[in-house]
Amino acid sequence: MGIEVNGKTYETDEEGYLANLSEWNPEVGSAMAKLDNCDLTESHWEVINFLREYYEEYQIAPAVRVLTKAIGKKLGPDKGNSKYLYELFPYGPGKQACKYAGLPKPTGCV
Amino acid sequence: MSETKNFMYLNRRAPYGTVYAWESLEVVLIGAAFEQNVSLAFIGDGIYQLLKGQNTTELGIKNFSPTYNALGDYDVNKIYVEKESLDARGLTVADLLPLVYEDADEDYAEKDSIRVVTAAELAEIIDQQDVVLSF
Repeated sequence: MGIEVNGKTYETDEEGYLANLSEWNPEVGSAMAKLDNCDLTESHWEVINFLREYYEEYQIAPAVRVLTKAIGKKLGPDKGNSKYLYELFPYGPGKQACKYAGLPKPTGCV
Repeated sequence: MSETKNFMYLNRRAPYGTVYAWESLEVVLIGAAFEQNVSLAFIGDGIYQLLKGQNTTELGIKNFSPTYNALGDYDVNKIYVEKESLDARGLTVADLLPLVYEDADEDYAEKDSIRVVTAAELAEIIDQQDVVLSF
């Protein structure tokens, strides 16, 4: 499988996650979101960029519980709660945001 | 799950020759979602998993040692390292990753997760476990 952005095809796995995370760029993230009928706003990008930074530091995508706690610490309690995150990413903040961030599915995703 | 059990993951092998170390770490992270009482122990060559300054460029595989730093976020904060294994390899706790966690009971003060214990002490700790998984 793959996704085409600006004339270039990016390989994805059967669930739509990017095969090679070093190929990621924001346009790929937006294109993936469009396939899910989701328009990415500033608030979405805040979470996506946070996940990319977390992955860079720890080499894993965090479980939802860990993500929620860490977002709260960095962006404040009004954003560090599952209601806010599920409103942004109704398919699950871990699963959906990681996909647009070009990361693998979160470790400990249940 | 109705009751909390004591789970211990025993890590005995060097990090990159086999898949055991990474598999163990993944199971720990997945298991942490079930809010059990989790501890890790590093024995023998398993100690090398926690070594600072790992570089896998020449091996062509992912250096997953930064992931141990995430254990605190997953509330895994009892990490036992066997003293005899450290001594036998000429290592001290200063050669290991400085793993920490935030203690929610003490205003999120940062505390060390690694505890160096003797083989005899570790045997007692293992004795208190409900489930021991060896990797």
